[in-house]
Formats: sequence, structure tokens, C-alpha cells
Amino acid sequence: MDVSVWRGDEHAGEFEHFKVPMQESQTILDVVSWIQQNQDPTLTYRYACRVGMCGSCAMMVNGVPRWTCRTHVKKVLDGDKLEVAPLRNLPVIKDLATDMDPFFDKWVQAEGLHHPSKTRHDAIEPILHDSPGREAASAGIECINCSACYAACDTVAGNPHYLGPAALQRAWTVYNDSKDADKQSVLDAVSGAGGCHNCHTQGSCAVYCPNDLSPMNAIAGLKRASAASFFKRRK
Amino acid sequence: MLGLRLYMLQRLSALIMAPLTLGHLAVMIYAIQGGLTAAEILGRTHGSVLWFLFYGSFVLAVSVHAAIGLRVITSEILKLGESSLDLLTWALALFFLFMGARAVMAVTLL
Repeated sequence: MDVSVWRGDEHAGEFEHFKVPMQESQTILDVVSWIQQNQDPTLTYRYACRVGMCGSCAMMVNGVPRWTCRTHVKKVLDGDKLEVAPLRNLPVIKDLATDMDPFFDKWVQAEGLHHPSKTRHDAIEPILHDSPGREAASAGIECINCSACYAACDTVAGNPHYLGPAALQRAWTVYNDSKDADKQSVLDAVSGAGGCHNCHTQGSCAVYCPNDLSPMNAIAGLKRASAASFFKRRK
Repeated sequence: MLGLRLYMLQRLSALIMAPLTLGHLAVMIYAIQGGLTAAEILGRTHGSVLWFLFYGSFVLAVSVHAAIGLRVITSEILKLGESSLDLLTWALALFFLFMGARAVMAVTLL
């Protein structure tokens, strides 16, 4: 197959072509690794677990974000052509490796962290698995931080301050945690100039999430909760 | 670029615009049935407090709604800074308000 691989850094770059042999059950990560091991050892890319858990290996494959370790070549091959590029909406470090700092900085900005309601001396609070809050949190909790949604999001592309689907989904998960003691701080964090209200509900995040999550639904939940808090605060 | 306050203003102004738009269309279709001239329409709207309030509130809602919508589009296309965006939003709102108020006054004031 004819594989175009993006080579370059944050300043400049271009696609380089490689001929790669087809194999049975071959993933995009296998293709990239084959090039690095057999054609050009200077090719830079990132991976770790190879089984779809760590979220390290996402890249643009034929123009869309995919987890490359779990994407089979035969599923995405366009004729005999394959195009592999670094994730969109993130600065490129080198070749296929992007700087994930902006992505993770926004997780912190979105207040997606636990605000404890108890001390270590209190008994553990039982949470019913079918309570509405637990179900809403469960819907988003399998995020592997791969940034496929962030790369797919046109709102991120148009507004660099936008927190992005993954960070907002994390905030929604925390908001629905009945053990969380400061839900208002979560709503405040996602209501600023780069907050959830900038989402245009285009749904690319839900389409390209490799774990079939729907950050778009989480963002809609944050919009509802923040709108309700807008009226409550004015009473 | 679009915080909670602007988001709520845009949603609430849409809530006001929706029934007024439907009312406008309904009256237009109803009034035109038997044939109606501009002079006859103006005869009914001139001096009418009801039509002044109807179209006046519509113009107010449009000024808020459209200015915020254009703020979002401009921001994503031109990548302006927050203070330039604020300036643009206010300028657009005042422009729509001026144009709309002019039309409402022409049609409803004696």
C-alpha cells in the first residue's frame, strides 16, 4: 500500500510516501511501526499500551482522528492509499507526535477534579448504580484522554480558548458525582469565554470517539445545569 | 467568547422572537386575504400602542440576538480578541436597534 506520512515540526513539514506491505490483521499503528523499523528510524510517533486503553496513539488517518492501535488498515484504506498525520488542533512536536499540553491544561481549567465532601474518618457513602447521577457519570467515565474528540471539534479549531469535548465531559462527570462537594465551581469553570456555551452541537466528538462516548450529550447537560443555576442565583 | 450571560441573553431573546415572528406571519396571511394596500396597513398601525409594543419588542430582541450570533461567527472566522469582540457586539446591537427603531417609529407613530 502507498502510505503518506506527515514529516515535520511545528513550523513546517510535508507528506512523505512509503511503500508498506499488507499483512493480515494489520493496524495503522503496525504500519507506522513498520515504517520506523524498516524504512526510517527517525520517524517520531507516540504509543504505549497497543490495546486501546492508554489514549497515546491517536492520529489523523485519511483526514479523521482515530486510535491507531485499534484501527484496522482494511477498514480505512482508500484504494491502496493511506494518509497518516498528527492530531488536528494541537501543536506538532515532530512528525506524528503532538504536544498534548493544551489538551490536558484544559482538563484542569474545566475543574474536572474531585472536591471532597468527607474526610478519611467518615464511612464510605454508598452510591446506587442506577441512580440518575451515577448513570450520567458512567456515560462519560470510560474516556481514555486520546484527544480524538478534541482533534475532530470544529469549535476548538475556531476558538483556541474553547475547553473542548473531553474536558467538558470530565466536568459533567464530576458534576454528577453525588460525593462531590463543590458543583458550583464546576459550573463556574465551564461558563467562561471558552466554556460549554460555545459548543455548536455539531457532534463530531460523538462521531469520532473511539469508545462510543458522547461528549456532546455531556456538554448539553452542562448547558442545562448552568442555565438553571443562572436563574437560581438571581432569586 | 460566549460566556453564560451572553448565552442566556441569546436564548431568552430567541424565546421572545419566536412567538412574535409567528404572530407577524399569521397577521400577514390573515390581513392579505381580501387585498390590502400600504395605506390601509399604515392606517391601522399609525398611532397603535399595541403594534408599537409588538414590533418594538421584536426589534429589541433581534438587536440582542443577532449581535451575539454575529459575535460568535466573527470570532471564529477572524479570531478577534475579547475587547474587539465586545466593541463589535455593542456596535452591531446599536446599529440593529437604530435601524429597527426607525422602521417601527415610521410605521406606528402618528
